[in-house]
Amino acid sequence: MSERMERRAVISGAAQSEVGRRLYRTGIDLTVEAALRAVEDAGLTTADIDGVSTYPGFGGSFGGAMGAELHEALRLSLNWRSAGVETAGPLGAVHNAILAVATGLARHVLVFRTVVEGSGGPLRPGSGGGGGGGMAGSAGPFQFMIPYGAASAACWVACYARRHMHDYGTTRSQLGAIAVNGRANAVANPKAIYTDPMTIDDYLAVRMVSDPLCLYDCDVPCDGSTAVVVSHRDYAPDAPAGAVGVNAMGTAIRGRPSWDQFDDLTSMMMRHTAASMWERTELTVDDVDTAQLYDGFSWLTLAWIEAMGFCGKGESGAFVEGGVNIGPDGSVPLNTSGGQLSAGRLHGFGHLHEAVMQLRGAANIQVPGCEVVAVGAGGGPETGCLLLTKGPS
Amino acid sequence: MSGDNPPRFVLASPESEFYWRSGADGRLRIQRCGECSRWVHPPGPACPFCHSRRVGPEPVAGTGTVATYTINRKEWIPGFTPPYVFAFVELDEDPTVRIGTNIVDCEIEEVEIGMRVEVLFEESGEWHVPLFRPAVTEGT
Repeated sequence: MSERMERRAVISGAAQSEVGRRLYRTGIDLTVEAALRAVEDAGLTTADIDGVSTYPGFGGSFGGAMGAELHEALRLSLNWRSAGVETAGPLGAVHNAILAVATGLARHVLVFRTVVEGSGGPLRPGSGGGGGGGMAGSAGPFQFMIPYGAASAACWVACYARRHMHDYGTTRSQLGAIAVNGRANAVANPKAIYTDPMTIDDYLAVRMVSDPLCLYDCDVPCDGSTAVVVSHRDYAPDAPAGAVGVNAMGTAIRGRPSWDQFDDLTSMMMRHTAASMWERTELTVDDVDTAQLYDGFSWLTLAWIEAMGFCGKGESGAFVEGGVNIGPDGSVPLNTSGGQLSAGRLHGFGHLHEAVMQLRGAANIQVPGCEVVAVGAGGGPETGCLLLTKGPS
Repeated sequence: MSGDNPPRFVLASPESEFYWRSGADGRLRIQRCGECSRWVHPPGPACPFCHSRRVGPEPVAGTGTVATYTINRKEWIPGFTPPYVFAFVELDEDPTVRIGTNIVDCEIEEVEIGMRVEVLFEESGEWHVPLFRPAVTEGT
């Protein structure tokens, strides 16, 4: 296997700001809080930071804060900065940082993702919220769904969930296992939004949103920022909290880059993205100790479970049913900090943060002997993933 | 949907304008390549298969099959009174031509995957928005 340049990078620091349903703080305020904590966590000062990377690179409730805002707010001196929405999902900001470190453009890159969707305005055409980002209300690909009242990613994902149920016999109770598992784990997370106990009966009784998706199939908008420091692996011995290795990253977008025109209505782009990650490593799915898989909608997690190969195609419903396999003592403990359904929609970076905590042995619900974590974030055509290890890979 | 028609928020691009105007004569049109004859949707500036620039709208029968759907129970946009069905319809000419639409003129509960449907149009300002209803005019 040729050199995997991502292995030149480690995650040396990770932190979150205050996280809440409605904090009424600005995106840059939350970002600075998370960033300073992450830099300290990495054993560095802001003078050491020579790179900044973020997704998506614009403000507003979905965008949170721009990289340039953080650059200015902390008076950083940068050799490299990058932001963009045309990445392999939100983790694309991490992919970019890894590449910058691997190529020597930067040594310590501060990566962040900030959302203020809790206190931001409701989703309306042109408001730039939701999975459509700024595309809603434009003449782009969403022009074929907005005129039909399909203004939210909930409507689009619901169509995939319906077809998955039709083709494979997936049930609402199986889908609900993702939400119930998340809630059970969120109880141990002091930053989680929802921590009241939830049963599968509670799930089945709640109101429908875009049938077959109910309220508890949809993540909870929140305000918060997550920051990590991506450093060169040379720095790993000096990282006070322990460095997390990057074993492989998944970036492939081999199908049509579309929410509505993907060739298979029972999977999404993560099918290709996860495959590309496994092509870059000698590790296998059997080596994974815990999976932190995006749950912007519960069905997306089923799609990620199949894409990663924890079960066969179409078998994810049976795999998660009852929650045993995905519980803390199961074969693949899943979303151990509560995921977005209960802990808040931090857009994949809550999953990333939890992966780092697991590999440090510092998680609230710690998986014993955790050495390999798979992280997947995003849905539709915007998906990316990482395979992380305890110590440099 | 009941009562007044919902606000359609059609924002056409130069490539797609024909799609939203096509229903003026009662026909649905999809972009087709003049070289390789493949259907292309959403429409673009060139054929994505053979890269010919000789692409243009061509009438289709307006019949197809519901590939999947959702019943919206939430008012995502003011004026779209729930419940209403958003569906992906695959056209008979080429099932890879997948069209987002609303299924109308039937009970919500009647909609199912595999259902045969046909196009109709709703006028919305200068546009004719393609909708689908159960195929009532075709034989078995």
